[in-house]
Amino acid sequence: MTAGIVQTGSEERPGDATDERGEGDAGYSQQRWWQLLWSNTKARVGIILLLAFILIATFAPLIAPYEGTRSDFDALLPVSGDHLLGTTSQGADIFSQLVYGSRVSLLVGLFGGLVSTAIALVIGMWSGYKEGTVIDDILSFITNVAIVVPVLPLMIVLIAYSEVRGIPLIVFVIGITSWAGHARAKRSQIITLRNRDFVTAAKFAGEGSGRIIFREIMPSMTSLVAAGFVGASTGAIGAEAGLSFLGLGDPNSISWGTMLYQADSQGAVGQGLWAWVLAPGLILALLITSLTFINFGVDLLSNPHLREDS
Amino acid sequence: MRYFVRKIAFFLATLWAAITLNFIIPRLQPGDPAEVMVQKLAGKDAQLNPAAVQAMRAMLGAPDGNLFTQYVSYLGALAHGDFGISYTYYPYPVTEVIGQALPWTLVLVGVTQILAFVIGITLGAYAAWRRNTRFDSIVTLGSTFIGTLPSFWIALLLLFVFGYTVGWFPTSGGYSASTPGFNGPFITEAVSHSFLPALSLLITAPIGWILGMRNTMVMNLGEDYIRLAKAKGLPDRVVALRYAARNALLPSVTGFAIALGGVLGGSILVEQIYDYPGMGRLMGEAIGNRDFPLLQTLLLFIIVGVLLANLVADLLYGVLDPRARRAQS
Repeated sequence: MTAGIVQTGSEERPGDATDERGEGDAGYSQQRWWQLLWSNTKARVGIILLLAFILIATFAPLIAPYEGTRSDFDALLPVSGDHLLGTTSQGADIFSQLVYGSRVSLLVGLFGGLVSTAIALVIGMWSGYKEGTVIDDILSFITNVAIVVPVLPLMIVLIAYSEVRGIPLIVFVIGITSWAGHARAKRSQIITLRNRDFVTAAKFAGEGSGRIIFREIMPSMTSLVAAGFVGASTGAIGAEAGLSFLGLGDPNSISWGTMLYQADSQGAVGQGLWAWVLAPGLILALLITSLTFINFGVDLLSNPHLREDS
Repeated sequence: MRYFVRKIAFFLATLWAAITLNFIIPRLQPGDPAEVMVQKLAGKDAQLNPAAVQAMRAMLGAPDGNLFTQYVSYLGALAHGDFGISYTYYPYPVTEVIGQALPWTLVLVGVTQILAFVIGITLGAYAAWRRNTRFDSIVTLGSTFIGTLPSFWIALLLLFVFGYTVGWFPTSGGYSASTPGFNGPFITEAVSHSFLPALSLLITAPIGWILGMRNTMVMNLGEDYIRLAKAKGLPDRVVALRYAARNALLPSVTGFAIALGGVLGGSILVEQIYDYPGMGRLMGEAIGNRDFPLLQTLLLFIIVGVLLANLVADLLYGVLDPRARRAQS
C-alpha cells in the first residue's frame, strides 16, 4: 500500500524543482526511488514482511484451515495438527483467527492512514501556505488543541456513543483524532517551500491557492507525505488493537486486538494459555515492525544526509 | 511576559474547546440525546430508575430549549461541579466516584511519567555522547524494537510471568487486606500492587524521550560552542552534561504533555489488565455499563489534566529558555 502512494507521487514530481533543492531522490539520478528503498536492508525486510502480510490477508480463506469466526470446536484443545495453535475457551481455532485478523489490521492501517493523512495534508498545508493570516491562526489553533488532547480516551468516548460498531467507525474515529502531529509537520515543511521561485511563478500565472498547494508544492514533498502516511498507518493499526482490546472492536470480524480482549476476559493469562496470549501480540508487533522498517527507508528518500551515513 | 500571557491564553482557549467538545459529542447522534440514551439503557435493562433519567438530563443540561440555553445550563452545572450521577455506582455523583479512582491513576501515571523522563533523558544523552558505539546502537535499535510492542501486550506478558508463573507480585487490584489511608501496611500493599502496572508502562514510555534526546544532542554536539568548550580544555563530563545535555533537554520539555497523553492512554489498557482501581478501570466499567455521565466526566478530567501538565511544561520552558520568551514578544 505504501508502494502505491510513493509511485503516483514520483511520476508527478517535477524533476527540475526537486533538483534545485537537492531534496528528494532526483539529485541522485542514477538511483530511482524504489532502488534506493530496496538498497536499504531494513526497508527491504520491511517490504518483504508487509508483502507477506498482504498475501496472507488476501488469501486468508486458502491459508486458514477454518473460518475465523467459526467457534464450534471443543474448547481449549491443545496444539495439534488439526489446530496449529489450539483453540480458545469459546471453541475457536486460534491459528485461523490469527490469519483472518491480518485483514482487519491491514484494512484499518490502509484506510485509517489515508483518512488521517488526508486531513493532515489539507489542514497542515493550507495553514502553512496561509502563514500569518487568520486562516492559519484558526487552523493552527485547532491543530494545537488536537495535539494536546489525549487520543485514546477521546476515541473510546466517540466509539462508546455510537450505535453501530464496525471497521468503518474505527477508521473514521482514528482518522479524525490522529492527524494533528502530521499536520503540524506539514505546516512547517510547506513554510520552507512557499516562497520558492516555482511557487511565485505559479502565482503570477494566476493559479489558485488550492492548485498551487496540491499540484505544485505537494508533489515536491512526496516522500515526506509517504513517511507521514506510513506513520499514520502504524498508529492506526496500534489504535485498532487497543480499542478492540477494550471490547470496542467490530463484533462481526476477528482482529488481533479482539483476540487479546477475549483471552484477557476469559482469564487465559491466569490459566497459562500462552499460545492464545502470545501469538496475537507477536504478530501485531511484527506488522508494526515491518512498517517501522519501511519508514526508515522512506526517511532515506527525503533526507539525503541519512543516505551518506549508510 | 508576553510569552506567559500567550501560554495562559492558549490554556484557557483549549480548556474551553475541551469543555465544548464534551458538550457536542453526546449531541452528535440524532434525536433528543437524553431520550436516546434512556432508550439505550432501557433496551438493555428494562427496569430503569426514573431518578437515573433525571440524572441523565442533569448531565446533558436542560433538554428543552435551544442548543444555546442547553449550553449555558451545561456550563452552569460544570461551574458548580455538577457532573451528574453515575449509573454504575448509583446514586453516587460521578465526581465522588472519580475522586476515589483519581489518586491511583495520578500516582501510577505520575511516577511512570517522571521515571520515564529521567530514564529516557539519561539513556538518550549517553547514547548521543557515545554515538556510533555499541552502547548507542543497542539503545537505539532496542528502543525501536520495543517501541513496536503494544504496551497492553507487554502488560499481559508481565502478568503471566511475574504474576502467575513466578508469583512475585499480586495479579489484580490495588491492595488486599489493609485499610486505605496513610499507614505502613497499606502503602506496602499499594506499592507491590502497582509495581507490575507501572513496569508495563515504563518499558515503552521512555522510548520517545530516548530517541528525541539522542537526536537533539547529536545535533548540538556538532555546534561551535561545544567545540569551544572542548578547546578550552573543559573535562568531558562538563561538556556533556552542562553544555550539550542541558541545551538538548529543552525540546524534551515541550513534548511532556503529548507523552503524558500517551502514558494515560496506555494506563487505561493496563489498568484493565491488572484490575487496578484507577480511572482507566473506571473507564472500562463505564464503557461496559454505558455509563455516559461517568465516561464523559472521565474524558473531561483526563483532558484537563493533560492541559494543565502542558501549561506547566510551557511555562517552565519559558523560564528555562530566554529565547522562547524573546521570540514571542
